[in-house]
Amino acid sequence: MKRLLPHPLLTPTLALVWLLLNNSMAPGQIILGLLLGWAIPLFALPFWPEQVRIRHWGTLLRFAGVVLFDILVANLKVAWLILGQPRNLRPAFVVVPLDVSHELAISILANTICLTPGTVSAHLSEDRQSLLVHALDVDDQDELAATIKARYEAPLKEIFEC
Amino acid sequence: MSATTELLLSLLVIIGALFTFIGSLGLARLEDFYTRLHGPTKATTLGVGSLLIASAIYFSINGEGLSLHEVLVTLFLFITAPISAHLLAKAALHQRLASLVPLPKAAGSEDDQESPGSHPS
Repeated sequence: MKRLLPHPLLTPTLALVWLLLNNSMAPGQIILGLLLGWAIPLFALPFWPEQVRIRHWGTLLRFAGVVLFDILVANLKVAWLILGQPRNLRPAFVVVPLDVSHELAISILANTICLTPGTVSAHLSEDRQSLLVHALDVDDQDELAATIKARYEAPLKEIFEC
Repeated sequence: MSATTELLLSLLVIIGALFTFIGSLGLARLEDFYTRLHGPTKATTLGVGSLLIASAIYFSINGEGLSLHEVLVTLFLFITAPISAHLLAKAALHQRLASLVPLPKAAGSEDDQESPGSHPS
């Protein structure tokens, strides 16, 4: 089972992407999509050996909702900052210590940080213990790090690491 | 297409154009490389997002059936935009590009981490 389907979640995802790309639900396309979804993970196995297991689907959905809402807020906030007085910005580099160790969780966290209010993830330390984040306008650096940890890292830890 | 849909669609297109414009404006108005990164990564996601919603609605009504290509575009955009921002920031740190704030120690280049403070001149 593990050898035939190394990434059980990737197969339906790829099939769905294939169907969306073709914008069609014809039976032939569904079969082709599933076939691609089965074959591509086999080729990806050498550089992506670990299994991805989602433990809490509910948390994942809630996390997606929170992130979408934050993307909206981030856009309005950054637009406001750009239109305001760029000279009054207080940019800063903030180090966020990491609790998660799962690779995918770290990738998603870094990705989320880039999409949400005024922050871009800049560097992951060699030992994977901390993430360097550049923020556009901060009052309190510790508070920013705490917010990132509570709002994004905690649910990701729950989703991927139980 | 009814007048209400047309109004909604034009509103979405205008909002999209506005946010994309503000994102690009950020490139000109912000002061250093690191803050400039924020404009195009953030303000454009909403801009392109609402343009895509408008496109999905328009082609679903006028084209042949439901149009869901836009969902994929959104998905790819949300995956790739942060990665390019992250790589640009990483490259900038590596090059020690000038910043408004002091650069963090030992970030971007591995030499710094191994031997802090002992740079060959």
